[in-house]
Amino acid sequence: MKKSKLNNILSVISLAILVALIVGIQEFGLFGLNSYVIGVIKLCCIYAICALSMNMVNGLTGMFSLGQPGFMALGAYTTGLLTVSAQDKLEIYKIKPIVGFLANANAPFFIALIIGGLVAAFFAFLIGFPVLRLKGDYLAIASLGFSEIIRIFIQNGQSVTNGTTGLIRIPSHVNLYVAFGVLALVVIFMVLLIHSSYGRAFKAIREDEVAAEAMGVNLFKHKMFSFVISGFIAGIGGGLLASHLSAISPDVFKFTLAYEILLMVVLGGQGSISGSIIGAFIVRAALEWLRIVDNPIKIGFINYPGISGMRMVVFSVVLMLIILFWSRGIFGSEEFSFDRLFKFFKGLKKSKKEV
Amino acid sequence: MLKVNDIFVNYGGIKALKGINMEIPDGKIITLVGSNGAGKSTTLKAIMHLVNTASGEIIYNDENITKLSTQAITQKGIVLVPEGRHVFAELTVRENLKIGAYLRKDKEGIKKDINMCEELFPILGERRNQLSGTLSGGEQQMLAFARALMTQPKVLMMDEPSLGLAPLVIKDIFNKVKEINKEQHMTILLIEQNANAALKIADYGYVMETGTIGLEGTGAELLSNQRVKELYLGKSS
Repeated sequence: MKKSKLNNILSVISLAILVALIVGIQEFGLFGLNSYVIGVIKLCCIYAICALSMNMVNGLTGMFSLGQPGFMALGAYTTGLLTVSAQDKLEIYKIKPIVGFLANANAPFFIALIIGGLVAAFFAFLIGFPVLRLKGDYLAIASLGFSEIIRIFIQNGQSVTNGTTGLIRIPSHVNLYVAFGVLALVVIFMVLLIHSSYGRAFKAIREDEVAAEAMGVNLFKHKMFSFVISGFIAGIGGGLLASHLSAISPDVFKFTLAYEILLMVVLGGQGSISGSIIGAFIVRAALEWLRIVDNPIKIGFINYPGISGMRMVVFSVVLMLIILFWSRGIFGSEEFSFDRLFKFFKGLKKSKKEV
Repeated sequence: MLKVNDIFVNYGGIKALKGINMEIPDGKIITLVGSNGAGKSTTLKAIMHLVNTASGEIIYNDENITKLSTQAITQKGIVLVPEGRHVFAELTVRENLKIGAYLRKDKEGIKKDINMCEELFPILGERRNQLSGTLSGGEQQMLAFARALMTQPKVLMMDEPSLGLAPLVIKDIFNKVKEINKEQHMTILLIEQNANAALKIADYGYVMETGTIGLEGTGAELLSNQRVKELYLGKSS
């Protein structure tokens, strides 16, 4: 389907507006947003990156993997360890002192971020050998298991990761430019990848492994490539998260994180880049907003005591409803375009007239 | 020339192939017919190295290809159209054809071959932007066929192209097989349960019975063979 001229013009305009908004908020405090709201926006970007990383494996290549939290943890800890100052490291590690070579290891933020991505990618490569021989649910279970193993190692590697206490005093380098900038780079990379012959091979594997192999596509090589790239992107996302939160502990990367990211991908539509981004923004923003159900509420004479963790219950219900009634997500495997938006509204008008 | 020399294949303790010998000369249509479970598909899978052979060898142009990877065999020009069509349902017809050209680098040649496929199967040209999952069974079979042609095969192996299709559609597809074989001198190995239709277009045929070759001969010979008639063509005289 050829996109109309109007679509292209509108896309450029809306992109320009987005950039203007980012600059406006960052530099001039547009709308008077407080730091909490800006923090949520940054968090949305970071989660969008992680959702894209999962979409790469789940949506594009059709492998049901839930290993994202593990790769994020690797990226987060690597970035954290390389950016916390030597002085702070001495003070943070109370139970056991930090191992020698890490005590003075330091790197500028962006280099630390990339090293974090590479570490995650390397582990994805190692894990890939046993895990990628599995399919479907088995792959999901195995990848989730490896993700938990990574977390347990981090939890117990006292002299490297500071155990359950985690890392604190990670300098925060994530402003809106960094958050949106990295997100944009990841999106550009993925768009290029999808339109290359690699992208086509990924889709072929997703649709039908037998036929893909018969066409000469090397299944294992491509699955591994997809898995490693996904690990790299997740590592970058984890690194950004560490820098944004400025404190991380193994608890941040529990397996529930995998479901949160999965929800973003499924809500947006598996295989759709714009879907993952919008899914991440909706889910992350909703999670913040749903905090009200964790707190006590008084409606008239009904006293709702407030149950902490209630928002996760609401969330699971939403996930179930989406899977039941809207399993293709917002965009299916298509991308957002204004043409589709107009079509959608036209369809709405028509159906109203008919009623 | 593709030669299958005395191959054995075991699935666990079950002996699926018990010494298969076949010769597939260049430019011919060879068919392998037989009932369910005779081992026809296993023979194809053994040639493509999708299953491991216990013993025996597969020779292509004087080269032993028994132990090569599936991908390497495909690169040599031996291409399989798998049973049950296996089109990429969520991709468009055009994208399916492009994936067929995955191993090729010649952009001009790919364009030319897409045009060739759309001429050969006009319906694929009409539906080029449609998702291939929405095509009918016959159209999907044509797409699987065309997609295999995009790999520029030297030997095309088709596993049950008539599966689940109406007789008229089957006739159409078999005519195309004949046409491709004549015009492009493509070697074709056709596997069929529909022995009647397959033997009519084949130069030479093999009849399989539970893991062995029971009979062989030219298409016409087998069609008039009493035993084949009784067993596979459902005619008694």
